[in-house]
Amino acid sequence: MSHEVTVGLEIHQQLNTRKLFCNCPSCLVEEEGATFQRRLRPIQSEEGKIDRAALDQAERKMQFRYQSPSSASCLVEADEEPPHDASSEAIDVALTVAALLGAKPLDEIYFMRKLVIDGSNTTGFQRTAMIALDGFLEVNGRRISIDTLCLEEDAARKVETDGSEITYRLDRLGIPLIEIATAPDMHSPEEVKEVAQRIGSIMRATRKVKRGIGTIREDVNISIPGGARVEIKGVQELRMLPTYVEKEMERQQSLLAIRDILSGRGIEPVAIEVTDLTYLFEGCKSKVITSALKSGGKVMVSRLPGFTGVLRSEDGKLRLGAEMAQYARTKGVRGIFHSDELPAYGIEKQYVDAIRDALKLGPQDAFALCAASAAKAREALKTAVERANGALVGVPEETRDPLPDGSSVYSRPLPGADRMHPETDVLPISVPTDRMENILSNLPELPEIRIERIANDYGIHIQQSTQLVREGWDDVFEEIATDNELAALAARTLTSTLSELEREIDISQLNENILKAAFAGVSSGTFAKEAVPDVLRKMAEGMNIDEAVSELGLSAMSADEAREIVARVIREREDFVREKGKAAIGPLMGPVMAELRGRLDGKAANELLREELQKLLS
Amino acid sequence: MSMLQSIDAAEGDTIRISGDGRDISGVLQPSGEFSHPDVLVVKMDSGYDVGVRITPSMNVNIIAKGEVKTIPSRVPSKGKGLPRVAILGTGGTISSYADQRTGAVHPALSAEDLLNTVPEIADICDVNAEAVFSIFSENMSVDNWQQLAEVTADYLNSGIDGVIILHGTDTMSYTAAALSFMLGDIPKPVIITGAQRSSDRPSSDAYINLYSAAQFILSSDAAEVLVLMHDSPSDTSVAVHRATKVRKMHTSRRDAFQSINISPIAKLGSEGDIAYLESYNQKSNVRVSPRLGMEKDVAFIQYYPGMSPTIFENIIAKNKGVVISGTGLGHVNSELIKPMRKAIESGTVIVMTSQCLSGSVNLNVYSTGRDLLSAGVISGEDMLPETAYVKLMWALGQTDDVVEVRKIMASNLRGELSDRRLMQ
Ligand SMILES: [Zn+2]
Repeated sequence: MSHEVTVGLEIHQQLNTRKLFCNCPSCLVEEEGATFQRRLRPIQSEEGKIDRAALDQAERKMQFRYQSPSSASCLVEADEEPPHDASSEAIDVALTVAALLGAKPLDEIYFMRKLVIDGSNTTGFQRTAMIALDGFLEVNGRRISIDTLCLEEDAARKVETDGSEITYRLDRLGIPLIEIATAPDMHSPEEVKEVAQRIGSIMRATRKVKRGIGTIREDVNISIPGGARVEIKGVQELRMLPTYVEKEMERQQSLLAIRDILSGRGIEPVAIEVTDLTYLFEGCKSKVITSALKSGGKVMVSRLPGFTGVLRSEDGKLRLGAEMAQYARTKGVRGIFHSDELPAYGIEKQYVDAIRDALKLGPQDAFALCAASAAKAREALKTAVERANGALVGVPEETRDPLPDGSSVYSRPLPGADRMHPETDVLPISVPTDRMENILSNLPELPEIRIERIANDYGIHIQQSTQLVREGWDDVFEEIATDNELAALAARTLTSTLSELEREIDISQLNENILKAAFAGVSSGTFAKEAVPDVLRKMAEGMNIDEAVSELGLSAMSADEAREIVARVIREREDFVREKGKAAIGPLMGPVMAELRGRLDGKAANELLREELQKLLS
Repeated sequence: MSMLQSIDAAEGDTIRISGDGRDISGVLQPSGEFSHPDVLVVKMDSGYDVGVRITPSMNVNIIAKGEVKTIPSRVPSKGKGLPRVAILGTGGTISSYADQRTGAVHPALSAEDLLNTVPEIADICDVNAEAVFSIFSENMSVDNWQQLAEVTADYLNSGIDGVIILHGTDTMSYTAAALSFMLGDIPKPVIITGAQRSSDRPSSDAYINLYSAAQFILSSDAAEVLVLMHDSPSDTSVAVHRATKVRKMHTSRRDAFQSINISPIAKLGSEGDIAYLESYNQKSNVRVSPRLGMEKDVAFIQYYPGMSPTIFENIIAKNKGVVISGTGLGHVNSELIKPMRKAIESGTVIVMTSQCLSGSVNLNVYSTGRDLLSAGVISGEDMLPETAYVKLMWALGQTDDVVEVRKIMASNLRGELSDRRLMQ
């Protein structure tokens, strides 16, 4: 049976321990610290080959600047001191997760050097070790295989890119990461998200993983039948996973459509030719062209015979031109233009016609244009035309960066397989039977057990506790829910209020501390539980709890003030009250609560209403 | 291991380990030095090495016998017509390569291996690469110093533009000082360089150090024995130190090497720009007449509080020369003075240096110092203790005349003594 899509996941989760190879705390800091500059160069592998991805990086001739804050990095991160022994706490967490996933740990763990010369590791490699193999999990009755579980060091944090210099901060470098790779067993966008959530909740069960944005990152390997493996690297927003999968499916489908069109036209691979047509652009008003020419650049053009209509189709569905531009940008140009999108951007028809004449292009022939320094433009067009030729074959294997809207952009070729060398500075770690037995006899509460316990202990619905655990709110919930009433409120807030808010505003600011502060306001009586959504809305906008309370006019209401409001509400409806008697309490709660605007909680308001009603009726 | 013997598996073979819940295939690796005897190490397709303990219920099968891989060496273009530079390998981090099969770091073996570590250097000069020997610097001996000095002298006398010596960093400053005294006046620079990070890693400092050494030979008019290493954690500049004044001051940093009591001779930027910070001997056409003699019966003693006078006496009585690394301005427990006086009277030469490293010995200030002087101890002034040790071996190797040796020790031959120490 052929699936519509095949997806494998690689999940990277930061651990909340000290760093993997030194005793620095695993935290991100504001401090920049001392800076230093380095270069990295590819090294020969055993067979004298230089890794494809490594070479690609080296060709970009980057120079790296590192900020080394002393609050979160030491000589080890600066590659000025050999790594210490691997953190045994981190290894224990990895072994625990392995046990929870039914994966079999290796008997001896060997750290390797995975070559990465984009500067994100000062050493030029990432240290990584295989911890366990062959686990599995079940999601919606389907068995998803876990191929591998590795423990590795996180990379340095990119702070700035300035021309050919990239600045990194070393605070993140060395934070332990568990990397879990699934088999390509997922076949729908929604399933990808569910598997990621499930793995996330299993890792959180150890209570030794970091929480919050950026602490868990997913690499998604996606292919459709006839397509190719494309890796979208570093997705941070779990809820966006289905969108990335859907958009990549569409992208691969459109590339296959382009391939069919080109093969129907009988197009052969294009010979790479770059022609200097600067002389045609005198008087051209395009900002891109004029600014390039002003700084001594050239306007270079390459022929793309037979490519008209696939660079950008009328309906916008075929977009080979955008793919080519992404490749071109890796050569340091701001972009390219192609004939399907011209005239536009200040390049008028007369110039397009002049190019067509100069290159003797027929109606189905396209071209790509780049205005930049001669050398850069030449390199950029060469890469762009190579990418165009790739369209004759179909979908190229590649690594892509996720964009916030759920699409992705080309970043580099898929790394080759020959980039692992033994890390000779770190001794192998033996996993003796007693270590594993100790881990197995101290396994943390599994998510499904936790779900049931939380539902029972706090008297909330099983669906609510399921959602709390799946979305990782269970810890906060248990801290907030000090009694059953608060439990009900916390469960409702964390499972439904937040997602309602999310539909309207950005709630990424609402972290655990903010939620705890809001609930502290409720339990201390500062404001009523009815005001929680409004308070959270204000806090999501960046207010602190006091500001939110005062902005909403929620400052504590005196008993007299409240009683007066209740009495007024009753007076205004005196006829109704006299007619209904005590049965008026129910219908009156609405108007009373509206008047109190969350400054008194429902129970207290109900009490007041009952008392005032009694007064009137007696 | 008996199981391996029974299936006749060898390192490099592709094997499959199955049973007991495992099914792992990969290339058999040599087992680690610290591995459990029942553990097989296998490189999986993903590139990961994993260790698997073989139990009686498991099967190990050979899937394919390993092929013997030869590493194609990249022979760089020889740079004919460019200035000639000799690159001499001695071993150490800079000229070592990691054996991908075993993961162990090995010293480079051939001249080609040497050049392969930094092939770009052939773009700027015509390289004569020679692996003189291949040992870790902690294993370096006096015989090695002599051999190296001889080879270096031959290259210099052949009209070469400079000699680069690749050396392990641990004892680099000893070798540098030894070459400095043995070679005497030299016409062209001899630059000793190394790496604090092996050249099998992308972040190695080897490339910049070696390339900068060639650049310095080509663009500077200095002709001394020099040590060139990183100047900071950055790859943007290197420092060039006088051989007799430099010391490894950190176990692992790139900028471990520092000049003590003087500035580095020069700093060289990544654009090839040179800033000179001290005066230096200039290039010439002088012919090198190496004086290789070294007295091996020289002891180098660090004084410490509580040092046993008996042990001390035993050591100094058995040697023709003794260098003491004393406290502060150059002191030892006054109880040790008597045995020193006795040794000196019987012909031993004793030189006092300071374990402070920075600053000069001065035996005039305190009575202990004056007693040492009257016992006949020579002040090593601001010489590094290691330099004083090498110099004393060399001086005793040149003459048996103690008066002459005392004269040599007091003379500033290769910049090892400085008469001014500045505020910064
Ligand atoms: Zn650290």
